Amino acid sequence: MRLEPLPNPSPLRSVGVTLLALGLAFALVGGVFWAYGLSPLEAYRTMLEGTLLDPRGWQEVLRRTIPLLLIGAGLSLAFRTQFYNIGAEGQLLLGAVLAAGVALFLPLPPALSLPAMALAAALGGALWCGLAAWLKNRFYVNEILTTLMLNYVAQSLVIYLINGPWRGKDVRGYIYSDRFAEYQQLPVLLGSNVHWPTLALGIALALLLQLLLFRSTLGFRLRVVGENPGAARYLGISQSRAFLVVALITGGAAGLAGFGEIAGIHHRLIEPTQLSSGYGFTAIIVAWLARGNPALVLLTAPLMGLILAGGDVLKVSFNLPFRIVDVFSGVMLFALIGSELFLRYRLRHR
Amino acid sequence: MGKPLLQLRDITKRFPGVVANDRVSLELYPGEVLALLGENGAGKSTLVSILYGLYRPDEGEILVEGSPVRIASPVDALRYGIGLVPQHPVLVDRHTVAENLALGLGSALFPSRRILPLIERIAGAYGLQVDPKAYVHQLSPGEKQRVEIVRALLRGAKALILDEPTSVLTPQEAQALFRVMRELRAAGKSIIFISHKLEEVLSIADRCVVLRRGRVVGNLPREEASKTRLAELMVGRQVSFERRRQTPDPGPVLLKVEGLTARSERGLLALRGVGFELRSGEVLGIAGIAGNGQSELVEVLAGLRLPQGGRVLLEGKPLPSDPARLFALGVAHIPEDRIRMGSVPSMSVAENLALRNFDQPPLARGVLLDPKAMSAQAEERVRAYAIATPSVHTPARLLSGGNLQKVILARELSTKARLILAVHPTYGLDIGAAEQVHEALLQQTRLGAAVVLVSEDLEELLSLSDRIGVMHRGELLGPYGAMEVSREQIGLLMTGGAA
Repeated sequence: MRLEPLPNPSPLRSVGVTLLALGLAFALVGGVFWAYGLSPLEAYRTMLEGTLLDPRGWQEVLRRTIPLLLIGAGLSLAFRTQFYNIGAEGQLLLGAVLAAGVALFLPLPPALSLPAMALAAALGGALWCGLAAWLKNRFYVNEILTTLMLNYVAQSLVIYLINGPWRGKDVRGYIYSDRFAEYQQLPVLLGSNVHWPTLALGIALALLLQLLLFRSTLGFRLRVVGENPGAARYLGISQSRAFLVVALITGGAAGLAGFGEIAGIHHRLIEPTQLSSGYGFTAIIVAWLARGNPALVLLTAPLMGLILAGGDVLKVSFNLPFRIVDVFSGVMLFALIGSELFLRYRLRHR
Repeated sequence: MGKPLLQLRDITKRFPGVVANDRVSLELYPGEVLALLGENGAGKSTLVSILYGLYRPDEGEILVEGSPVRIASPVDALRYGIGLVPQHPVLVDRHTVAENLALGLGSALFPSRRILPLIERIAGAYGLQVDPKAYVHQLSPGEKQRVEIVRALLRGAKALILDEPTSVLTPQEAQALFRVMRELRAAGKSIIFISHKLEEVLSIADRCVVLRRGRVVGNLPREEASKTRLAELMVGRQVSFERRRQTPDPGPVLLKVEGLTARSERGLLALRGVGFELRSGEVLGIAGIAGNGQSELVEVLAGLRLPQGGRVLLEGKPLPSDPARLFALGVAHIPEDRIRMGSVPSMSVAENLALRNFDQPPLARGVLLDPKAMSAQAEERVRAYAIATPSVHTPARLLSGGNLQKVILARELSTKARLILAVHPTYGLDIGAAEQVHEALLQQTRLGAAVVLVSEDLEELLSLSDRIGVMHRGELLGPYGAMEVSREQIGLLMTGGAA
């Protein structure tokens, strides 16, 4: 068997390869279920019944989709520009911190409170990611490392705040901040946790970024930088500026996701692991699946939302550890990255 | 002649929509130099890839010393004694020359140290200057190719495939390489020599095989071959080798360079006081061995490198150091590396044609792009420059080298260019495409543009330039009037000898 390069792979091939990679991931995870003594088919059936075939399940999927949509759209833009932001988790937390800060300490008229929180959150995420871009541009520090490390700084910051200065007055033994006022909470779909304004924001962002990438002069510059840095230099397109712009956008989007989580669901600043449950990392898969098209995140984010919600169902129905979801994500990313090869090559016998 | 070392019988290789090799048969005898000629796309590369185990033929068979073999990989090829010196070096940039050469060659402990004497012996014996301790990323393209030649020699192949090995060598170095090839030949080794340069082929080859559109259209012994005959076979029509250019009346001084100094990527002084004047309508050829400062000179003029000292004046005004502003001033740049610099291979032909003006009306309205205007511009330029592409939405990476170069020319020359920086504009192009590129450049000079032409092809320099300067160790020798200097004199200047 040998690999043969394909001169002009069709777009359909990329769809097919992606679906095959997903299928492989599902089969592999099926093996994990089987090792747990569960029939894989039974497990997948339960996952589907508990999510898509159940009204409560639908809401769960949507709730999980919202942050993935916001972060994934931003990340797909960043990856396209070859700015590898692995720190969306930290940027989400920073967004949550700044939103909470505005909610708890900035006396604003009620009508302005939510918009100000959103703005502060976007700013927090943008600056957190912008820091990594600045380090990259100024000192050539690899952004994969800085964004990853900044995650831990952000987590520690949240833990410090809710244990110390921002710890709520009525929390007794718990560690979290005070609850936000009624007008500082996002409206939700009836009887659910789906904070729809953020959902709308996510959909708008995905479409907007797609438009930006393919129909604007800025997007054209970003694509040149991402696809051929040498040509960007030759044309006088600033790579540093592109990185900074992309960092601010992707970080800002992650910050908004943090705002959605605390203003829409938790209504206070809480522990980082409860606040986000790894959306920043899961969104990497969402973006990778979309293969550099922000609008495709509209499909891939709900898919990952489904898997996250399905993980909850499995936990309840079969007493599986919730971390099965991480196995899912890991195996999927593995299969997807492995499948990249087959986008450009085909396997030939002999 | 004895039994052939290598025989190809009716080799056929098809790719979607094209027959790259159509029943190609040829023999390579021990101790012969076989020249393989053909335009781009004639099937030479495919044939080489088949011989080196990169592609499998769809039909036909390969025989080594009379017995059929299956060459499934380069490892197989090397086992059968077939070595390849690739046109584009395949080396690990961050390793030293010795480390690269030690790859796949034996001892587990200190491989690169043990191989040093061997490298020096071979490099010395064949006059190939390489510093085994230098890092590959510090080497010029020419030096990298020399490393590849040493590597193939190190492996002791019986049959050596040289894929355009002289494209980065001076005439003197090429002569030295030919001496090496003659020694190898005397030692009974066989060489398949691929080249576009007919003179070289005639001076070294024992036999010439010409490919056109995948078929063998000529198989002549040296005695029957001539430049015109070979060119006719390659192109399928007659080709003129006359000097086409009449030196025009020089216009006003357009570009003035004084005492220019600049450092290379490695921080070494790459330009040491370069000065010249260029008048509009004039072509200044810059000759030199790769790595003598030509790249840095062009980079400074193109706004890609800040000079350390000296002045560059365009129509009396200092040159800005921003490529985009330079282009707006009429400085067009046809870069050395079409793929890494001159184009964005994954983007469409239309987008590549718009790289310079995508943010200006009519292609942009405010911050929004107008895809229709972009396509319209592309259609027009594709027509004007006869670019062969399935559509303007095809990714640029699918174009042949010649068509990609035409995309770059079309983009760079469509807005009125006043100063054109052209670096190896016809490197790797076939005769037909090269003629078109030359014509496009000369057309611009008739409209008053000045051209700085950097090339390693002396034929090209002599036939296009009005004056020729030679870069040697960061200094510009000359420029001399193109009629007053000979090929040999330029060659001597390139290696530091007196003219």
